[in-house]
Amino acid sequence: MSTSPADRNILSTPSSDEPRSAKPSFARRLLRSARSLPVLVAFVVLALVVFLAIFAPWLGTTDPIAIDPGSRFASSSAVHWFGSDAFGRDVYSRLLHGARVSLIVGLGATFASVLLGLVIGVFAGYFPRVDAVVMRVMDGVMAIPSILLAIALVSLTGATLVTVLVAIIVPEIPRVVRLVRSVILNVRSEAYVEAAILLGTPMWRMLTRHMVPNTVAPLIVQGTFIFASAILTEATLSFLGAGLPSEIPSWGNMMADGRTYFQLYPGLVLYPGIVLALTLLSSNIIGDVLRDLLDPKMAKRT
Amino acid sequence: MISYILKRVIATLPVMLMVAIVVFAILRLTPGDPAAILAGDDASGEQLERIRQMMGLDQPILTQLYVWVRQLLTGDLGVSLLSNTPVIQMIGARVGPTLSLALSTIIFTVLVAVPMGVIAARRPGGWLDRTVMTFSVLGFSIPTFVVGYLLIYWLALKLGWFPVQGYAPLAKGVWPYAQRLILPTLALSGIYIALVARMTRSSVMDVMGEDFIRTARAKGATEWSVLLRHALRNAAVPIVTVIGIGIASLITGVVVTESVFNLPGLGRLVVEAVLARDYPVIQGLILLFSFTYILINLLVDVLYTAFDPRIRY
Amino acid sequence: MSNLHKAEAHGVSPVLEVRDLSVSLVGDNSIGVVRCVSFAVRPGETVCVVGESGSGKSVTSFAVMGLLSPNELACSGGEILLEGENVLQAGPERLRALRASTMAMIFQEPMSALNPVETVGKQIEEVLSIHKNQSKRERRERVLAMLEAVHLPDPKRIYNSYPHQLSGGQRQRVVICIALILEPKLLIADEPTTALDVTTQKQILLLIRELQEKHNTAVLFITHDFGVVADIADRVVVMNRGEVVEVGSREQILSAPRERYTRMLISSVPSLQPEPREPNDNEIVLAVSGLSKTYDQRRFWKKEHVVHAAADIDLTLRKGEILAVVGESGSGKSTVARCIVRLQDPSAREITICGENMATVRGQALHQMRKRVQMVFQDPFRSLNPRVSVGESIIEGLINFGTPHKTACQRARDLMHLVGLPADALERFPHQFSGGQRQRICIARALAPEPDVLIADEAVSALDVSVQAQVLALLDDIRMKTSVGVLFITHDLRVAAQICDTIMVMRQGRMVEFGPAAEILTAPRQAYTQALLDAAPGRHWDFQKFGPIQ
Repeated sequence: MSTSPADRNILSTPSSDEPRSAKPSFARRLLRSARSLPVLVAFVVLALVVFLAIFAPWLGTTDPIAIDPGSRFASSSAVHWFGSDAFGRDVYSRLLHGARVSLIVGLGATFASVLLGLVIGVFAGYFPRVDAVVMRVMDGVMAIPSILLAIALVSLTGATLVTVLVAIIVPEIPRVVRLVRSVILNVRSEAYVEAAILLGTPMWRMLTRHMVPNTVAPLIVQGTFIFASAILTEATLSFLGAGLPSEIPSWGNMMADGRTYFQLYPGLVLYPGIVLALTLLSSNIIGDVLRDLLDPKMAKRT
Repeated sequence: MISYILKRVIATLPVMLMVAIVVFAILRLTPGDPAAILAGDDASGEQLERIRQMMGLDQPILTQLYVWVRQLLTGDLGVSLLSNTPVIQMIGARVGPTLSLALSTIIFTVLVAVPMGVIAARRPGGWLDRTVMTFSVLGFSIPTFVVGYLLIYWLALKLGWFPVQGYAPLAKGVWPYAQRLILPTLALSGIYIALVARMTRSSVMDVMGEDFIRTARAKGATEWSVLLRHALRNAAVPIVTVIGIGIASLITGVVVTESVFNLPGLGRLVVEAVLARDYPVIQGLILLFSFTYILINLLVDVLYTAFDPRIRY
Repeated sequence: MSNLHKAEAHGVSPVLEVRDLSVSLVGDNSIGVVRCVSFAVRPGETVCVVGESGSGKSVTSFAVMGLLSPNELACSGGEILLEGENVLQAGPERLRALRASTMAMIFQEPMSALNPVETVGKQIEEVLSIHKNQSKRERRERVLAMLEAVHLPDPKRIYNSYPHQLSGGQRQRVVICIALILEPKLLIADEPTTALDVTTQKQILLLIRELQEKHNTAVLFITHDFGVVADIADRVVVMNRGEVVEVGSREQILSAPRERYTRMLISSVPSLQPEPREPNDNEIVLAVSGLSKTYDQRRFWKKEHVVHAAADIDLTLRKGEILAVVGESGSGKSTVARCIVRLQDPSAREITICGENMATVRGQALHQMRKRVQMVFQDPFRSLNPRVSVGESIIEGLINFGTPHKTACQRARDLMHLVGLPADALERFPHQFSGGQRQRICIARALAPEPDVLIADEAVSALDVSVQAQVLALLDDIRMKTSVGVLFITHDLRVAAQICDTIMVMRQGRMVEFGPAAEILTAPRQAYTQALLDAAPGRHWDFQKFGPIQ
């Protein structure tokens, strides 16, 4: 019994006691999944939408809100690639500028709701007393169908980009809060967090070092779904006439304008509809891929 | 058992109260002034004041809340600003199409989505699974109104199988009623089927990894028996949960679908009220939909006891 | 009894014969999870396959049943002969017919091995309806008789019960019913008692033996526990890294192992015979008196139901002493530990650490008290933040208690040396270390603030026996070098005997017995302690000395 533990370690080579193999890096796994065709297409489509949105003014577009009574309902031609609408506005230009609106709404709503939800969720998860109050409010907000809440908010405050954004963000927040809170609550019972408590780790470091990093992966996944859902909600609101002011070229507004003439000119509804569907489809596919990669537990659950 | 149900019922009361408070807060605390909306753009300050008094808006905010909640408890949802009829009456007149559409969608969804999910879970990664998952992503991504217009364009305009839009009450005969519900149901089911099929698939797959599935195989049970007798029954709770939670997206879908297909239901009523800024109607409808949602999820909670003996106490 | 069996067994053709079996990962034949494994099991004989985690013992048993997960593992060579029939050649239909009727299996986790939404009776009945053409009444009669045969009380009630209404031991009896109702020739038991308390384990082992003798069943018993091997095996197959190391009779393996690996493995098993220890009269570092923890279970309309997780616990720990708190699951031993470190707030108590009361301190005072008591947790894979380097983890406490960064780093290097790890381990991340190494890191982290008391909550339970022996030796070494007082929470009497000066036995939240280890383990005063000792598997064998206990 005189050998020191270090010596013993060299003497015996236990078979089973080996490091668990590390997973390949995230980037490598992402590349591997991009080999499947739908995923690749999704990335390309989304990149294209972003490209078109950013460079909309320089891609052969005209003023998307310029009314030209002379060319109402023009069919596709060299001048109007996708024809023109009831006011003679160029559909192609409106589609590209609509991409801008969708991206702004999608990104704005995603960042705002993730950020606010993260802060509220962390506090709810960390302080049981805050939790009781906050979660009751969140339950209340979640019980209201989000589209109705958004409609009510927009219709009462007037339709502007900001109110539409707020109307989309408010119902998203409880979902993010729940997610973050559940991660924090789970991690609270992890042995390494308990060890940190015993080591006297102050609250701020406990949160930033041991708890919040665990929320990053699920939040990235959730973020891509919020992005898609925000774009959809904006389009739905605009379609119902409770969204952005009707002169703003958003895909939802284009469909709302085209509804009256649907039987004669289905393209006015179908073009923006298809572009919208493709964008949503691509974001959802990428969301699924990210979920499989980043959050295997959640991927199993939903 | 009864105490469990009672406990669940009582647990929903604070949520309902919270919904009422949130709705109240949104409508009273947002910048828009209901009195100004009612009075119109060129009302004088004096007129505004009178309307405020009439509506009780000059009272302290908590008093207003108290008065309003007391009204709610007696089933009084207020009076429409536009048509001057009680909101509850307007709801009664428009509930038929909405209920028909919602029920047909739920039934269709469960009949289609659950078998889809089970088939997909049988061989994860197989071609059936990939097909179901592709359909599910499509269902999530194509907005209800796009699906609606595509269906109208194709099945109604091109092929002429169905009327383009409109609604016929059941009193006018079963076929006209059904004929006008089929397309809206198909359009609305897309997202819901996607949701339920996905949840069925993943829950069944989860259960297939459990130890008791191994026990069943060790007994010599066939794969179908393992899948249906052991896996599906254990997956029932999450599936039923998602059917309940999915009601929220169903409500969104109802509003949109009724607009696309011109069905004179509650969804259209919402849109009409919004365009007219008829805020008692908006308020009443939000409450109605929210409470329906809460009650359905309460029902789901109670249903759990039928699927999972562990919850019964 | 086993000798009798063996005499009969030879000359009889084996029920199961595994020949050169290899199992490899699907899609990668080069990596053999199991390589060229051969052994045989004869009627009425118990063959124990023993090995540490990763030895391939469970994979082998699943291969026999044809239950390998088809997407991950596949048999790549050899044959498995069940009564002369090669199971690997059998189609799915034939395989299903063989299961339960000719070969049956019981599993490790009785908690999850039964379908939670079906009554126990129906689940047993399913076997009959799959394999036999019987009327409903006949099936029911047969199931009730079987429930009776495994000594379950009130079979009619059990028949209609759901699994969650039964205890772990009762559930394992139900699983045994499912496995043996068709009187199969071969029973495969995959660590069937690992999840159970020792007293329950003993009963289940006896039950398997009883049914085996009744029907002359061949039993293939997978285990990691040499105590169990000493109690039940006729022959032993020792496995390591997917290969068979040694096959032999129980007597030969336990008293004269041929292979070095077997010898190392067996000598790692702690003896129940405590080593003589000198009485410790150092100063008291931890004194607990009257510690209680109660939970209120509020039920709707019903009176509050109070659960005593710990009631009226007194203990003292001296400098350099190791005190084991021993008990079965639910005995409240972990609650005591967590209350002392204030991860839970006790309901009533007095906890004195070096003369200061930790019972009611809060805020800054609690922060200062924290560094005096540190803890090592059970699961080494969850005890370290995967995103933080080992060095950062170790100095975390020191920084929190105000040590300058440079001093803290020096201390971390010293600690690495103390726990037998190289200093460059500090820059690496937890996933680069094995379970045993991680537990060393956790010990270093706990020792960093120089605590007076170290609490080890089942700190070696998740480790394989050879690694466990090393960590135990390390703890003993640290106790001598730093004279920290150690409160050692464990369910394993062997571990307690190996390392402890004093032992406290707990049951259902209460203290049963408290005294010097030698006294408690050799001459217990309480019946419960005696029962625990009697139930300890392999209690008559001293593994380190390769011979029976005198």
